[in-house]
Amino acid sequence: MLLQERLSRAAGRLAEPQVCREMLRQMLRIRMVEEEIVRRYPEQEMRCPIHICIGHEAPPVGVSAHLRREDKVFSAHRSHGHFLAKGGDLKAMVAELYGRATGCALGKGGSQHLVDLDAGFMGSAPILASTISVGVGVAWAAQRRGEDKVVAIYFGDGASEEGAFHEALNFAGVNRLPVVFVCENNLYSVHTPLGVRQPKGRQIYQLGAAHGLTGLACDGNDADAVWRVAKNAVASARAGGGPVLLEFFTYRWKEHCGPDEDFGLGYRSREEFDAWRARCPVANYAARLEADDVVTGAEFGAMRKEIGAEIDEAFAFARSSPFPEPDELARFVYPMPGGAA
Amino acid sequence: MSGRSLSYMEAVREAQAECLKADENVYLIGLGVPGPTGIFGTTKGLVEEFGAGRVLDMPASEGGMTGVALGTAISGMRPIFVHMRVDFAVLSMETLVNQAAKWHYMYGGRMRAPLTVRMIVGRGWGQGPQHSQSLQAWFAHVPGLKVVMPAAPRDAKGMLIAAVDDDAPVIVVEHRWLYNIRGAVPKGRGSEPLSGARVMRTGRDVTLAGFSYMALESMRAAEMLEKVGIDAEVIDLRSLTPIDTDTIVASVRKTGRLITADTAHTAFGATAEVTSCVAEQALDALRKPPVRIGLPAIPTPTTPALADLYYPRAVDIANAALRLCDSDREIAPPPKTTPWNDVPDPNFTGPY
Repeated sequence: MLLQERLSRAAGRLAEPQVCREMLRQMLRIRMVEEEIVRRYPEQEMRCPIHICIGHEAPPVGVSAHLRREDKVFSAHRSHGHFLAKGGDLKAMVAELYGRATGCALGKGGSQHLVDLDAGFMGSAPILASTISVGVGVAWAAQRRGEDKVVAIYFGDGASEEGAFHEALNFAGVNRLPVVFVCENNLYSVHTPLGVRQPKGRQIYQLGAAHGLTGLACDGNDADAVWRVAKNAVASARAGGGPVLLEFFTYRWKEHCGPDEDFGLGYRSREEFDAWRARCPVANYAARLEADDVVTGAEFGAMRKEIGAEIDEAFAFARSSPFPEPDELARFVYPMPGGAA
Repeated sequence: MSGRSLSYMEAVREAQAECLKADENVYLIGLGVPGPTGIFGTTKGLVEEFGAGRVLDMPASEGGMTGVALGTAISGMRPIFVHMRVDFAVLSMETLVNQAAKWHYMYGGRMRAPLTVRMIVGRGWGQGPQHSQSLQAWFAHVPGLKVVMPAAPRDAKGMLIAAVDDDAPVIVVEHRWLYNIRGAVPKGRGSEPLSGARVMRTGRDVTLAGFSYMALESMRAAEMLEKVGIDAEVIDLRSLTPIDTDTIVASVRKTGRLITADTAHTAFGATAEVTSCVAEQALDALRKPPVRIGLPAIPTPTTPALADLYYPRAVDIANAALRLCDSDREIAPPPKTTPWNDVPDPNFTGPY
């Protein structure tokens, strides 16, 4: 009931047309980057685990629409969309997947450890909840220094089952830190459904209240809905109103890790997927904006073409980049004194 | 100035005060840090001097709060994080091992994590299975972490200052039985190097290399051995990352005999590492198989009746040295000054 009230209040606010166009472009870009990774992954040149975020495009785009460059973002393993939506460098990301010296982490991190400090993308890690507390620490440092900075931390439904999640929310609640916790609930942790992991009738966003946070949830496949909910959350965090926990209901289209579909495994059905695919965040949003005359079909086509060229360029850059030299192996185990690289 | 004597506990406190005074990015955090007993005295009075914003208590969330401290470290702050006992740091292993240790490397050197973590090893007065573990080898196994074990008050201060100054995550393991030991400690903010062993006593018959409290016990053993005509060289190993094999090998080349003593279990521990390094680099110099002294592969028992059997002492090191030197003498344990060997000195009347 409370959620419904909050959603209906939030529904009164809409994004400006240029914001909608940009959100569509960003979602399309994430989708097309992921599709190109899916297409090329079988070439066996991206030799690291990848977690494709097709189906998850709306939350990063709707949240990042409210973030400034100096705001910070942390993510987990399914991080490509979060990285790109925050303005992370596409070429450096693709080169990282290819293990090249030009990668954003010099090839030492791979898909699971993306970073782009210039864009405020601080890091990502696959141990589900482990970056959450680090993000809270960055927010705490910003608060202590009186900096006007918000930290958005993305994670999945599984992370909310780890103690680190609760410890981080508790501390953020105690200190009313400028954090937006963003849970993308896609119903599965690898192959294990939510129903065997979390109590029936209790939703993840409700855990916010247990830690003194505002908790909100909405359709995570609807960029407008995400945009509206995130707008309040980011504004509240920025204004000293304390941290917010957002839960976005969404669905991963591909297997947990890798480029393929996995309906043959039997842990989820093709019918379930078809129902979610009918709610495709990109296609439905494009159709809505066209119907509302915000974007024409021709403009959408031009977007697609422009993004395609950018992606081609990024993959060409990555594939032609050198691998790290052997002396890179032992570099950066320990920092050199005095800040030298 | 160098003649000034401080206890180990006072040296730790002074190191933190110097760091807090010198750099506003330094802060001190841990459960009970600003509290009335001040982490066995090591943080006492600091909140009055530096304020509640820099000397902080925290939720009992060892793992999450280590992540929070890491987040502030990558933001340019220099946290000193305190675990009143090592055993609680086990809750922070994920953050230390997966995140802090690798943060610099896995993001291509783009960030640094200058995080100092103090962990205190308990012993005696029934500390038992979960208040007395000595887990330094766990941390030393992970590239990216530095692990040090100061034994002398001068190192307790200087190495903690060096840890705060270092841009890597540094684990400082302090043994509770060193806290009342006194020694010369310079004033000011001077540091002692985080690596390198120190020869505490030169000798020609046997090398006694010890970590932390067992360096002190090795010195006591050397004094016992002197009375029976054995001249022991004693090395305070100081650091696990790296173990200073040069100093140990140079000593073994002189004595031909090596006993390594640690506060931890011998199996898979730092004594095994020392012994391997010497075997790899100076097997020809060893006149006898090297000896390791540490805890058996048994959890710490609580009752003093069993704990007294569990912990090796100086006399055990001394007698091991006699056997290495082909002596059939046996040094008797020193007369008891307390009913059980479960206190660091007779003044201690428990509890911790």
